[in-house]
Amino acid sequence: MNRFDYIRPGTVAEAVSAAAVPGSAYLAAGTNLLDLMKIGVARPERLVDLNYLPGLDAIEALPDGGVRIGARVRNADLAQDPGFRRRFPAVAEALLSGASGQLRNMATVGGNLLQRTRCPYFQDTASACNRRAPGSGCDARGGENRLHAVLGWSEACIATHPSDFCVPLVALGAVVEIAGPAGPREVPLADFHLLPGATPERESVLAPGELVTALRLPAEAAGFAAHARYVKLRERTSYAFAVVSAAAALRIEDGRIAAARLALGGVAAKPWRAEAAEAALVGAAPDAAAFQQAAEIALAEARPSGDNAFKIELARRIARRALRLAAAGTPERLPALPASPFAPLSGGLHG
Amino acid sequence: MAKTHITTSINGEPVEFLCEPNQSLLEVLRNTLGLTGTKEGCGTGDCGACSVTVDGRLVCSCLVLAVEAEGAEIATIEGMAQGETLHPLQRKFLEMAALQCGICTPGVLISARALLEKNPNPTETEVRFGLAGNLCRCTGYDKIVRAVMEAAAEMRETV
Ligand SMILES: Cc1cc2nc3c(=O)[nH]c(=O)nc-3n(C[C@H](O)[C@H](O)[C@H](O)COP(=O)(O)OP(=O)(O)OC[C@H]3O[C@@H](n4cnc5c(N)ncnc54)[C@H](O)[C@@H]3O)c2cc1C
Ligand code: SF4
Ligand code: FES
Ligand code: FES
Repeated sequence: MNRFDYIRPGTVAEAVSAAAVPGSAYLAAGTNLLDLMKIGVARPERLVDLNYLPGLDAIEALPDGGVRIGARVRNADLAQDPGFRRRFPAVAEALLSGASGQLRNMATVGGNLLQRTRCPYFQDTASACNRRAPGSGCDARGGENRLHAVLGWSEACIATHPSDFCVPLVALGAVVEIAGPAGPREVPLADFHLLPGATPERESVLAPGELVTALRLPAEAAGFAAHARYVKLRERTSYAFAVVSAAAALRIEDGRIAAARLALGGVAAKPWRAEAAEAALVGAAPDAAAFQQAAEIALAEARPSGDNAFKIELARRIARRALRLAAAGTPERLPALPASPFAPLSGGLHG
Repeated sequence: MAKTHITTSINGEPVEFLCEPNQSLLEVLRNTLGLTGTKEGCGTGDCGACSVTVDGRLVCSCLVLAVEAEGAEIATIEGMAQGETLHPLQRKFLEMAALQCGICTPGVLISARALLEKNPNPTETEVRFGLAGNLCRCTGYDKIVRAVMEAAAEMRETV
């Protein structure tokens, strides 16, 4: 690991002014940042340690029925918080489907949002990568790219955002609270990550020195608790990133879909909310035909960026399966293998 | 660069050490303090060989900076046996041959103990899911899972 100055601010204001110095990076749990520093992909000159900042580690119920989650809350603690889990089960399921017990114990909410792509060429300093070294090219084009993006990619970069957590969050309309040199602001999670375009090195709307302080879920997000699931297809049953994943949430009234949310993971450089598909579901009966149509709409603009055309059909099927599982109802207890598509499903295997 | 002075507790004993900001807790445990029971498999969070608990929380010590140990209570494999008396997990691992080369074993044991503290009566799937962050290249896992289940049963009887 490169040498760096280590700064331990005691307040958010101190953290923001420390990180405004060029070459600085925030350190949360370090499960992504220290990893990238060890392999030379990240080389910050100063680490501004967030682990001692007061006030960022609470899960607060808001008076209007929403919830605020501090940026330092650990992934495992959020997933295991009984109140949170009951009201936002798909978020808990997504968190538990990610990484390992050790890593979930460490990883923070803020770090999960800002984790970098798992594109192998991004992680290899000997490869050309526009995201890591702007203008150097993209070795994933024409290389190993079966797990790369099928939506929202550009000629400059075809990487995906690896987070599971962000997928149900974006479906449920989460908002990111930010502190920065120019004062506080908030941004919907749907607008927080940037598609690569010609500048893949810009991954989020955060300006230098800006700090994520919290995430908020609105009250209406809890209205989906009875019918909310996350489904994640991996190359092995657990402890792997998503090949494709989907979060689905429904409100069913009198046998019809009164409101629907659908988002996809593993398909783009951001968690991908499928709003047109959601709109098509409203008013429909929660049946296979409606889910099939929604999945078609969600992937309508998808196109392969390499050897990954299979991901488009896989994503359709995972979206359909997530919708069917959501319609069947959130289980009392989360499955022992969270988000596994191998969970039994009535009416045939290939939902 | 100035070294930082850290005061911490390891397996219940007060410990002080000096470290650089860019040293991991794993590096300090092994190279500075000579506690070589904790292993380095990957250094990047993938394998779990470096598992320890920090304030009761199971983590990968390869991704914790040593400076973060200030004031913390750390537990490593060296503190698992009480003198000559092995922890039931350690005993079952020996009895049931749940290890071959042994590199993953300290991490697996620390993880298994953390799992059983939270869930003393896990199903086989829960054990497999709970230990997913500990990779083993030798055993194929079956013996590990069985040894953890048996140790859990024995530990439930003795409380
Ligand atoms: C082996 C392995 C397997 C994994 N599997 C999965 C998986 O299946 N699914 C999944 O979703 N994730 C997975 N992860 C990724 C893991 O979820 C992330 O590493 C973790 O969430 C990052 O959180 P952190 O607190 O450690 O962040 P750090 O590593 O500390 O930081 C990550 C980035 O975020 C920035 N940052 C952190 N906090 C803030 C803040 N509050 N404001 C502004 N910037 C901030 C840092 O500067 C850094 O750039 C895996 C990781 C590993 C190592
Ligand atoms: S896909 Fe993006 S991250 Fe991967 S090598 Fe190309 S530019 Fe880099
Ligand atoms: S050495 Fe820490 S996880 Fe492999
Ligand atoms: S016994 Fe050799 S790695 Fe597990």
